[in-house]
Formats: sequence, structure tokens, C-alpha cells
Amino acid sequence: MLTRLLSGDTPRSGLLTALLLIVLISLAFAPFLFPGTKSLETAARICIFIVLVASYDLLLGYAGIVSFAHTMFFGIGAYGTALALSSTGPSYTSLIWGTAAGALVAALFALAIGLFSLRVKAIFFAMVTLAVASAFAVFISQMSWLTGGEDGLNYKIPRELTPAFKLVKEKVFGVWINGKLLAYYLVFFGSAILFLVMLRIVNSPFGRTLKAVRDNAFRAEAIGYRVVWYRTTATVLSAVMAALAGSLLAIWLRYTGPATTLSMEIMIDILLMVVIGGMGTLYGAVLGATLFILAQTYLQNLMGVAADATSAVPFLSTLVAPERWLLWLGVLFILSVYFFPSGIVGRLRAGRA
Amino acid sequence: MSETSIKPRIEKVPISEQFFQKLPLLLVPLLAVAGLVAIGNPASWLTLTVAGLAMGMMIFIMASGLTVVFGLMDVINFGHGAFVAVGAFVGFTVLAWLAGWTASPSVMMNLVAVLIAILAAMLVTGLLGYAFERVIVMPVYGEHLKQILVTMGGLIVAQQMIYVVWGPDELHISRPEALQGSWVLGEAAIEKYRLVAVGIGVALFLAMRHILKNTKIGLLVRAGVENGEMVESLGYRIRRLFLIVFMTGSALAGLGGVMWGLYQETITAHMGSEIMVLVFIVVIIGGLGSVEGCFIGAMLVGLLANYTAFLAPKVALISTIALMVVILMWRPQGLYPVVKAK
Repeated sequence: MLTRLLSGDTPRSGLLTALLLIVLISLAFAPFLFPGTKSLETAARICIFIVLVASYDLLLGYAGIVSFAHTMFFGIGAYGTALALSSTGPSYTSLIWGTAAGALVAALFALAIGLFSLRVKAIFFAMVTLAVASAFAVFISQMSWLTGGEDGLNYKIPRELTPAFKLVKEKVFGVWINGKLLAYYLVFFGSAILFLVMLRIVNSPFGRTLKAVRDNAFRAEAIGYRVVWYRTTATVLSAVMAALAGSLLAIWLRYTGPATTLSMEIMIDILLMVVIGGMGTLYGAVLGATLFILAQTYLQNLMGVAADATSAVPFLSTLVAPERWLLWLGVLFILSVYFFPSGIVGRLRAGRA
Repeated sequence: MSETSIKPRIEKVPISEQFFQKLPLLLVPLLAVAGLVAIGNPASWLTLTVAGLAMGMMIFIMASGLTVVFGLMDVINFGHGAFVAVGAFVGFTVLAWLAGWTASPSVMMNLVAVLIAILAAMLVTGLLGYAFERVIVMPVYGEHLKQILVTMGGLIVAQQMIYVVWGPDELHISRPEALQGSWVLGEAAIEKYRLVAVGIGVALFLAMRHILKNTKIGLLVRAGVENGEMVESLGYRIRRLFLIVFMTGSALAGLGGVMWGLYQETITAHMGSEIMVLVFIVVIIGGLGSVEGCFIGAMLVGLLANYTAFLAPKVALISTIALMVVILMWRPQGLYPVVKAK
């Protein structure tokens, strides 16, 4: 049953299984294990980014396509839900319609980009997507009458998902059972389902063909696989998954703006998460996203301590200042591309053999 | 004897094909004429055209290094933007030290100060390019995926190092006295600095063409683009050639950074990544690896960006994307694809 749920792709390493279980249990019981708003925000963010990073891994790790337009699809999903909720009011119908529309638009965009430029080399595609994504971000911030421009959109979500809605009068294990909790579990289960679907995709014959195309496109073409078709389909699937992750974010934050969905910083974060977690292993997305967001949220405090300790040394203290955490992550990133090209997960799996 | 000898025969390229090859040269004047028709007023058209050409030249300076590096080494450096930013910061620091020279009314003093700033910036970015090639790019030759990832990592580290060295705030500096203000030509006002930028860009283009076409090092570079292994087997150390070209490309990025910084009069650590979008568009339009294509692409992008900024400000960046799409529909490999099939 469990193997079936995981589509036969088990972690295949004791330590990895343990780590994944820790992440799963922490996320599943986050509201009870780590009470407080900040930790719940962090947990929801981790859930959403696991889906987003896994969808990027589908593209980068399994199909070997470097795209810089992934936040564009994330943003399309978020804006789809946000626009539907802000224009037609906080009903479930508009929520579902908005999400579906966002996913559809993302799929069409991905199809257009794929057909247009996937025939070319990796470098070329990367540059084209970078240009298209930044144009899209500018476009969204210019369309302020529709999208709220740089300020973004604030909107209401159905009442059952807001803190004002109380399911149980009393606290359970010291936690209010309210709409916020429901919203969290919507995010959690939504993310879990999407993740399992992606696991299914990469372990299907389709996923195996993708890997063949990634490893040797010429040979795959010679055997008779239509390489462009496989690459385009992977792009579309990954775009739809990213758009759904965007919808989850839009529901959770009750706010959608360029900074939370479209910015280049998020794109770079996703890239770092995939590579550090491990390309071509969806479980890498889980560990990569969790570690990265924990570092983003809590490592800065730790570095603040280090900066205080070294405040006497002028240059060193600026190097370890809390704002410079990305510097160290960048170094870690370069090192991991060289020495652990398969990331944490690949390393753990290799260690077992 | 003479009957059996085979005469060398050079086939003439048919006129129609020659025309097709030269066709991209017509694009720039065509765009300029279209701009004149759309804008209507010749004076503002002249101002915009000079502004567009100046912007195009600055982008060309940044893009030329990138495209030659790609042509020769088959490496696209996604960290190129970091060299632009570092160049701008070094240049601004030097100009700030030489504040007495830049404020003085003597044109000579001004220009010497700018020259020193440019040389310092090019030196620093050239050395940075050396370190980048040795540490970051060298282990991943031939692997595009890793190249993209690693140079992206280099970009992040370099940007963060700028924050460490220069602090997180943006820097402002005004241009030297001699480069401020504008000349008035009839009704059109033309900023002096823009003309200087056009001059430097054209000079650089001619110099690059001369070096690539008429010198031994240019011959080696061109041969290396065509067939690196052959050049190597003839006894030339192509790795060293790579390094020289990479350092030159980085130094050019530094030059572009100083010029762009002086144009905007404000610089930030991520200015490089912002301008890189335009640089990539230019490199793609031109055909990866081609200096001529890059030059034409840069002028097209500069002109179009300025015309649309005047006519419909909201679509300025999107218009350059549209330009890229149209050009790629017409010539999928860019205007002047390099011979080595990319």
C-alpha cells in the first residue's frame, strides 16, 4: 500500500527515510508541535515550496531543462486564484475556477514556450526563459488596474478558512481549532497530493523516457522517441504543478504580489533548493526546501550571534552578518554542484551502497 | 599534363543569397525610419535616436565579451552581470577619490579621471574574470547544465561580496563637468555623454573587428571557434587563449558597468542582473558568438527601447521581447549565427 502510494520509489536509504519521516511528521502536526504564528507560517511555506521545488525538479532533474521562467508559472497560478477571489468574492466556486484558470493559462504559456524554443540548446533556452520571465514580471507590475501593480492584491477567502471561524469552542492540546488550522491542512494535504502525483509521473514510463532524453537526446531520438514532444510535455506538467503551488500560496497568504511570487530572488531560491537537495530525486525537493526555508528563517539569528562574537574583526563581522547568509549558501551551492552533483539525497543513497 | 590539371574553381554566391545574408544590415535604418514615422517630430526623433544608439552601444560593450566567450569556449557565463556591477562599483569608488579632478572645469582633468576609473574597473574585473575562469568555469567545460548552475552560484556570491565590501546602499555620483549637459542641435537636445558612449561603442566595435580579422590572435580565436581541437593539435595552447578571451570579456563587462553607471548616475549591487536581461536578448538576437550580430542586435534593442519608451512607456521591455521573438521566427539561430552549429 505504502509502496504503491510512493509509486515504488522508496527513499532507499535508512538515514534518508528517517529525515523524510521527521519532515513529514513535523509538517503534519506542525500546529500542535510548534505552536505560534511564525512557525505555522514557516511550515506552510515549506509545504508550498516542496511542491514548487519538486515541480522544478521535474524539469531540471528529470528532463535536464534549465528554465528561469518557473516563478512565472507560480505567479500565474497565484494571480489566477487571487483575481478570481478578489473580483467575484470569497466563494469556493471562484476559488476553484480561479485555480483551474491559472493552471490552464500556465499550461498554455508553457506549451507556447516549449514549442517555440525547446528545440534549441540548454543555454539558449535558459536565456530565452530568463528574458520572458522578466518581461512577464514587468507586465504584471504595469497592469496595475488589474493586478494592483507592485502593491499586489489583498482579498478575502471563504470564511471557513479564516481565523474568525471556530470549529470547536475549546482549545485542543492548547491549540484553537479554527479556520487558520483548516487552511493549513488544506495546504498540507494539497501539497502532499501534488507531491505524490509528481512521484507517480516520474516513476511512470513517461518519467523513464524523460531520463533517457535527458541523458542522451540523440540516442532517444534515434530509438524513435519524439524528444521535443517529451520535453514540451514535461514543461507543461511542471508549469501546471507550479501554478497549483501558486494557488495554495494565494489561499494561504490571502495576498498576492510580485515580490511573493514573481521575483528573481524566488527563482534563485528554487534553483538553490533543487541543487542542494538533489537533482533528479523528488525527495531532494523535500529536504532542499525544508533546509533552505529553515535556514532563511532561523539561520539568520544564528549568524547574528556569530557577527556579535566577531564584531571586533572588521571585515569578518560583515562577512558573517545575518543579511549575508545568502553568500554562504551561494558558496555551498557551487561546492555542491562540483562535489555532490546529486545533492543531499544522492549522497545519502550512495552512502548506503 | 596541363589537360589533367584541375583548375581551382571558386563558386560565386548567388546575388539573392548575398542579399539575404546582408539583409540584417538593413534592419537598423528600417527601424530608425519606422521610428521617425511613428514619432512624427524630427527633433524628438533625433534625441531618441541618439539616446537609443548610446544605450545600444553600452549594451554592446557588455554583450560583446559574453558572445565571444560563448563562440570560443561554448560557455555562457550567467555571472557576467556580476562583472558589470563590480566594474561600476570600482569605477565609482575611483571617481569619488578623484572628486577634485571631476569637479574641475578643465576638460582634460575630467577625461583623465574617467579614464583612470575605467582602467581601474577593467583591471579589477579582468582579474576577477581570471579567478572566475580558474575556480568556477574550468571544472565544468562541456557541461552546459553545470555551467549555468555554477555561474549562477558565482553571480550570487559576487553580488553578496559587493554588499560586504561596499555596503547594501545604492551609490550616487554625478558625471564629470565635461560630460554633463547637452548640445542643442536645432530643436533637438543631445546629451554629451550619449555621444561619448556612441563614440566609445563604435570605436570598440571597429577595434574588435580589426583584432578578430587582421591579427594573429584574432585568427587563432576564429580558428578556435571553428575547430578547437585542430588549433590545439597545431601546437597552440587553446586553454590559455580561453583565459585571455575570458579576461578580456570580463574587463569589457567592467567597462560597460562604469559607462552604464555614469549614464544612470546610480548603481546597485543587482544592476548587473537587471541589465543582463537586455544583454541576453542582444546576444540571442545577434546569434550566439557573433560580434557583428551582437552589434546590430544592440542597436536594434537600444533604438526600439527608446522609441517605445516615448510612444508607449508601459510596453518598453515587452517590445524588446517581441523583437526577439520576431527575429527568432525569421532566423531561428539569430541574425548572424556562428558557423559552428550551436
